[in-house]
Amino acid sequence: MASNESTKDFASLREKILGQNGKEYWRSLEEYVDAPEFGDFVKREYPAHAEEWDDSLNRRNFIKVMGASLALAGLSGCVIQPTEKIIPYVRQPEDLIPGKPLFYATAMSLGGIATGLLAKSNEGRPTKIEGNPGHPGSLGATDARAQASLLDLYDPDRSQQPLFRGNPKSWQAFLSDFRGKLDENRADGGAGVRFLTETATSPTLVAQFDRIKKELPNSQWIQYEPVNADNATEGSKLAFGTVVNTVYKFDEADCVLTIDADIFGGFNVRYMKDFAKKRRYHSDGKKDMSRIYAIETTVSLTGSKADHRLAVKPSQMVDVVKAVAAKVGVAGAVSGYSDDTKWVEEMAKDLVAHRGRSIVVAGDNQPALVHAFAHAINAALDNVGKTVVYTEPLSVGTETAQIDQLKALVADIDAGKVKMLVVLGGNPAYNTPIDLRLSLDRLSKVPFRVHLGTHYDETGELCQWHIPAKHYLEHWGDARAFDGTVAVVQPLIEPLYDGHSVYEMVQVCFETGFEKKDYDIVREYWQARGIVAAGGNFEDKWRAAVHDGVVPGTGAAAKSVTLSKSFVGQTGPQAPAGAIEISILPDPTVHDGRFANNGWMQELPKPLTKTTWDNVAYISPATARKLGLNQKVEDRSRAGGAEGTSFVNTKGGNLFSDLVTLTCNGLEIGKGVPVWIQPGQPDDVVTIFMGYGRTRAGKVGTGIGYNAYDVRKSDAMNFGAGEIAARGEKYTVASTQTHFNIEGREKQILQVFDLEAFNENPDLGRQTDYYDLSMYPYEEFQKIYDTNYRWGMTIDLNNCVGCNACVVACQSENNIPVVGKEQIERSREMHWMRIDAYYTGTAEEPQGPHFQPMLCQQCEQAPCEPVCPVHATVHSAEGLNDMVYNRCVGTRYCSNNCPYKVRRFNFMLYQDWDTPQYKLMRNPEVTVRSRGVMEKCTYCTQRISFARIEAEKEGRKVRDGEVMTACQSVCPTDAIVFGDLNDKESAVSKHKVDKRNFTVLYDLNTQPRTTYLAGLKNQNRNMPDYKAPAKKEEKKAGSSH
Amino acid sequence: MAQLFHRAANSIAKASIVILALTGGLAFYVYTQVSRSSYLTNQFSERPQPVQFSHKHHVGDDGIDCRYCHTAVETSASAGMPPTQTCMACHSQIWADSPYLEPVRASWRDNKPIEWIRVHDLPEYTYFNHSIHISKGVGCASCHGDVANMPSVYQANTLQMEWCLSCHRDPAPNIRPQSEIFNTSWDPADITPAQQKEVDAKIKTLRSTQLLTSCSTCHR
Repeated sequence: MASNESTKDFASLREKILGQNGKEYWRSLEEYVDAPEFGDFVKREYPAHAEEWDDSLNRRNFIKVMGASLALAGLSGCVIQPTEKIIPYVRQPEDLIPGKPLFYATAMSLGGIATGLLAKSNEGRPTKIEGNPGHPGSLGATDARAQASLLDLYDPDRSQQPLFRGNPKSWQAFLSDFRGKLDENRADGGAGVRFLTETATSPTLVAQFDRIKKELPNSQWIQYEPVNADNATEGSKLAFGTVVNTVYKFDEADCVLTIDADIFGGFNVRYMKDFAKKRRYHSDGKKDMSRIYAIETTVSLTGSKADHRLAVKPSQMVDVVKAVAAKVGVAGAVSGYSDDTKWVEEMAKDLVAHRGRSIVVAGDNQPALVHAFAHAINAALDNVGKTVVYTEPLSVGTETAQIDQLKALVADIDAGKVKMLVVLGGNPAYNTPIDLRLSLDRLSKVPFRVHLGTHYDETGELCQWHIPAKHYLEHWGDARAFDGTVAVVQPLIEPLYDGHSVYEMVQVCFETGFEKKDYDIVREYWQARGIVAAGGNFEDKWRAAVHDGVVPGTGAAAKSVTLSKSFVGQTGPQAPAGAIEISILPDPTVHDGRFANNGWMQELPKPLTKTTWDNVAYISPATARKLGLNQKVEDRSRAGGAEGTSFVNTKGGNLFSDLVTLTCNGLEIGKGVPVWIQPGQPDDVVTIFMGYGRTRAGKVGTGIGYNAYDVRKSDAMNFGAGEIAARGEKYTVASTQTHFNIEGREKQILQVFDLEAFNENPDLGRQTDYYDLSMYPYEEFQKIYDTNYRWGMTIDLNNCVGCNACVVACQSENNIPVVGKEQIERSREMHWMRIDAYYTGTAEEPQGPHFQPMLCQQCEQAPCEPVCPVHATVHSAEGLNDMVYNRCVGTRYCSNNCPYKVRRFNFMLYQDWDTPQYKLMRNPEVTVRSRGVMEKCTYCTQRISFARIEAEKEGRKVRDGEVMTACQSVCPTDAIVFGDLNDKESAVSKHKVDKRNFTVLYDLNTQPRTTYLAGLKNQNRNMPDYKAPAKKEEKKAGSSH
Repeated sequence: MAQLFHRAANSIAKASIVILALTGGLAFYVYTQVSRSSYLTNQFSERPQPVQFSHKHHVGDDGIDCRYCHTAVETSASAGMPPTQTCMACHSQIWADSPYLEPVRASWRDNKPIEWIRVHDLPEYTYFNHSIHISKGVGCASCHGDVANMPSVYQANTLQMEWCLSCHRDPAPNIRPQSEIFNTSWDPADITPAQQKEVDAKIKTLRSTQLLTSCSTCHR
């Protein structure tokens, strides 16, 4: 690296971009501009660990040391196993077979929407979360957050006992104090009593608050959480004069338009399942693939997957939507939008062409007017009742927007009217908008404050009483899915600590029966209400509902509405315009901050940037250039510099980013905000993310990132205008985007075709078979594979939306540790699976990213195997590339020789062997790895063994679909298929003969068992951003697959 | 210059090479034998248990089937250890006052499990499944020895990987008829022609040796 390189700036980068000699597929800006340092960087697989050969240790000393360690190595066999104990039950539970896991139906809610789950229990310990196939909101899949919720249960930072002013007190002491205070308030009907919960859709809880309303008629129940459906509520009032819940049927929609709505980033995985069903490519051409248009500000998963994406500023959105409305024939819609009219026009034509089979969906952060127009457009397109269904709202309390409820509460507090505030869940001292913040000053005006929460957090600290809350795997309850169907929340484990559920806390406020437990509360509610099911007494129906996880006949009733015309001429509310416009979004992993103390979520690379342990602010490449951000770096911060940073590119980049002072709506974020150049971001727009900057999250989440709530105002919750100014400071962002790079072979890695071009020529991606060129005794291996199972996997890139659920599922299933930010900077993340995001096009006008899950490819001719000096990685008879931890001595040769870069090395003792909670959480079927051991994806060999043994005992073969790898079973789009390749009828065998099937780096002839199905873009030829498929060079004809 | 070494030095040098090789060989031999010895493997060593439970009495004399206590052995990876409840099923009636059984009664009374000392201890990275071995016709005695005649249970085999592999490489000699699986005193020489036929059929259902000796069969 010549020193004058560092003086070059982003201008040269720009030249390169404009020179169009960039790569076809690229993962990061550093890679795109092909900086020489980047090449240097990727040559070292773990860049920061590679130390120079120490001269003081000469050859002779080396031999001596080696000799000693060899001698000692032999002694490791001479360890006497310490005495262990077997501790059986005193009374064994009836259904329990030791060593066999049981699955129980339960449900997790986020934002008032529930996903039905099946939680795995090993001898009473929940160890894994799966989706409940019988639940309409899950259909067997879950998202990443539901997977990670398991770690929340075992979080050692959870509060463990009731606290009064920070001192441990008993539950009884709380009861007498609380009920005494409540009795004082009964005289005036509880006029000074306020209950604050998050969005509540639980029928039992609603019934409990009905009773509160009777006993304390003047008390009030407020629902607030920072990520809510206020805009949808207000939009539906605007459009229909009444509140509705909108249910979309993506499995029946040929054409979808999302308006800043991330349907793939939400908690409701049903929409992803439905989308995937319609998006699946059928090689027989019998069914058409759906097409998605996305109009959005910040690149989302939906925007990445979209066939056509239009990036607009927040302030333009209302105009754009009006333009769409005008084109599809919403009477009276007039728009002054003039930027991309051709795009809007052609898109609208396509929507109209799919009348009754299209969907327009508006995002929760968009103003009410956008939602109202989305309703109008759906009506104009005849979608209502077909692909868009309106039902009664899921819960009470939706007539008033949550922010207005909070405003009323704060007004009452400020007026001194509130004598007693009961905060049931949530963290309003942290996540309320700054002008309505329940700060210490404001809360001091409330004489008596109670907080129920899983952690003694920002809010708990400001309340006299803090009561530990139960995790959803510890309490009974019920919750509604997106369509209103009720799921029973069933506990799997006795509360680990002295916790109480929200039901029990509300029950405490009753005059009689206040000590009831949540089981009785929920059961008695359903007994009184009755369960609609054929035959049997209540006990039978209740048992069936608990067993299935779904209460039959509880779906929300359809609601017929009439569209109002009055809003069409309205111009506001809309996002404010400004020199720099700011969009505030929930974080893709830690959400609104509730997962901030969850190591799995912190370390999960965010879908687009692959950043971990931080929130960044997106800006576009042009804006970055204009403001001189992330353009160049100092010499001292080079690789291996004082900070020990892994890689710094002298031409500028994201990993060592500039900190800026961000002002939004006249408010300033106290901490420096690291900027991130995000291709696809519209110019002059900054996107910031909520959920960080916690001050009392716990050991994992405290003090990380900036707090976006500090610039959120009650009248500007999602958008604002402001400015950014460089602080002259640098900050290292831990992003995995450049890690484990497969250098210079993009065209053999990812295949994405234009649908029309592919239909015309299905051999577009054909690869030549080199099997016969192998120097290994190929047939000998094949003979063995023929007589055993031949496990294989396909991943359909056309269905994969990059949602990350598989990464966390794998982490949970395989006891993968969390390594921390500093180790990630050194490229030492341990995830067995990563999702590569490849952009195409230029940084200014990127397409994609296209997502490609990358995991051990289980090569039949595995390059890792011959280089292992101790045979720690060898092939099994079923073709798995086995990794034997107890043999591994940690040479890392295998990892060095792996072309797919999927092996992970325990550089340190990453596993927490001591914290007792984590011992309960681990999957007992998978070895917990120690320091100095290589590890990688095993195709969930424990699940294979389990299925194989069960099948052998019954004297049959393993059925297709019986073995589901952890990533496969969680996948919301069914992109991953696993099975026996010897069974020609298996789903995976059928995928393998699909024309889209391709092998990554096929010319290496590693013959991987994991192959991919090419992604397809269903482009509209008439769109202005239509990209004609590149002419492929004629390939030499080779033998077929 | 005078000779530095005496003439005998040549012989000494030659001898020392041989001696060195022999010593090295011996050291290696000692190492292999020590690591296989019961000192390290705990083979044959009896462990003091909190209750003086005799398998010889319960199985050998009283004829109680293995599965009466180890209920999961046919269905699960773990054979299952009996809960105190199982003991009390009989011992609330028989020998209800025996001082030997006080720890059992105490466990029942106080709802505290009996903490048995593990006799057969595999490393944590080894995943053994009882049910498949039973299903394939491997008897209890093949690994656990003649438990019916053990007053105090000891480890009858080394439980080392080479011992496991000796059977996984050639399982046929250890396959027995289904009726004799739980009979730890059964002698393979007593096999009847009908049983031999059954065993032969069973051997045909075994997975290939390559699979049985694949690493991921036992390690994950």
